[in-house]
Amino acid sequence: MDLQLSALEQEALKLSLWVSAWAVLGSLPLGIFFGWLLSRKTFPGKTLLDGLLHLPLVLPPVVTGYLLLLTFGRKGFIGAWLYQNFGITFAFNWKGAALASAIVAFPLMVRAIRLSIDLVDRDLEWAARTLGANPIRVFFTVTLPLTIPGILTGVILFFARSLSEFGATITFVSNIPGETRTLPLALYTLTQVPDGEHGAMRLCVIAVIVAMLALILSNYLAKKVQMEIKG
Amino acid sequence: MLFAQLRKTLGDLTIDLTFQSDQARVIALFGPSGAGKTSVISMIAGLIRPDSGKIKLNGSTFFDSQVGTNMPPEQRRIGYVFQDGKLFPHLTVKSNLEYGMKLVPKIHRQVNFDEVVDLLGIRSLLFRRPARLSGGEKQRVAIGRALLTSPKLLLMDEPLASLDADRKQEVLPFVRSLKEVYNIPIIYVSHLPEEVASIADRVLVLRAGRLEAFGGIDLILKNGSTTDDN
Repeated sequence: MDLQLSALEQEALKLSLWVSAWAVLGSLPLGIFFGWLLSRKTFPGKTLLDGLLHLPLVLPPVVTGYLLLLTFGRKGFIGAWLYQNFGITFAFNWKGAALASAIVAFPLMVRAIRLSIDLVDRDLEWAARTLGANPIRVFFTVTLPLTIPGILTGVILFFARSLSEFGATITFVSNIPGETRTLPLALYTLTQVPDGEHGAMRLCVIAVIVAMLALILSNYLAKKVQMEIKG
Repeated sequence: MLFAQLRKTLGDLTIDLTFQSDQARVIALFGPSGAGKTSVISMIAGLIRPDSGKIKLNGSTFFDSQVGTNMPPEQRRIGYVFQDGKLFPHLTVKSNLEYGMKLVPKIHRQVNFDEVVDLLGIRSLLFRRPARLSGGEKQRVAIGRALLTSPKLLLMDEPLASLDADRKQEVLPFVRSLKEVYNIPIIYVSHLPEEVASIADRVLVLRAGRLEAFGGIDLILKNGSTTDDN
């Protein structure tokens, strides 16, 4: 077996990592915000919001992709507005692939962050308040640092789910080489052509290796953070 | 001068009391567990909102249900020592000590960092994390952390409760020396008469949310029945 990646494989791998990295960057602030909101606040419609955020986890990804097409496509009500006012479009480009994978992976991130905020001792926050810190400072100096292990878990889960995203992506932004053809889409394409098995198998191995590396990295980081706290 | 008129219902317990302290330096808030001691100081610190009442310290109003005043805890400048320290686990001892101090403008800092560190005997611990401290050491750091904000009032919620007898002896002298060295009034929560007797000038006896007595420490030495078994 040739260990050198072919141009097509490199393209798919690079695109996948690029798309997922942007999905993580764009989602993290929102993930922290919604994790905190669901963990700490009670408000009318909380159950509904919780349900909406988790919906992509239980919906068939094709449905998510189709809904994205209806809302963020060039003619969709958000997509049309974004294009007219800012010239931004998610239709049939890598940004759309990042959006699709972000929406599908978002519940995993919010869950991990929310659980980890649940575990922060409220008395530590109260202690910080009595020491003169306002709620915003308390959040950034106490709550957030103590939530880092959960944020790391959330990011890794998110990243892994986003790398493996297929259904919503192909429905929303189609399967365009170099633009939206990520690893899973490239693999799917190869399974649809004669003599594609060998190439498909190679992409399988690449996908497994990338996923394993992500898990190893996450374990390493989580241990490092724990060590840091235990001193 | 502290004035507190507090009313708060928490489950089965209704706290309803009024007290005023003029010159006493260490007031013990004494009573069996479940009497509402922690709730009382939490209301003074602003961590729990009373249902109604009024809290004033040295002329500034912290809480007044009639006019709707409720100053947030970070503006009250009240030091609070929790039962089990509540040190920030992700920060070193030094950063814990400096956390509140750095938020106080320099001109209002009346408590010197090195002095406190030496008084509490924690200089050798400065670069450790809380996870590597003993219970007594944690409590001393927690006291230092609260003290370094130069508070106008220091609240201590059974700071020795989680310590065994030896560790108590490690902390108790420091609490006593606080009283000698700094001119900061202290409210000290405890259910142990001997602890109260060795520290306090005045005693507030609390029972089932109500003030049973307020006076000198002879109150509890004569009447040991207020103790309970933990």
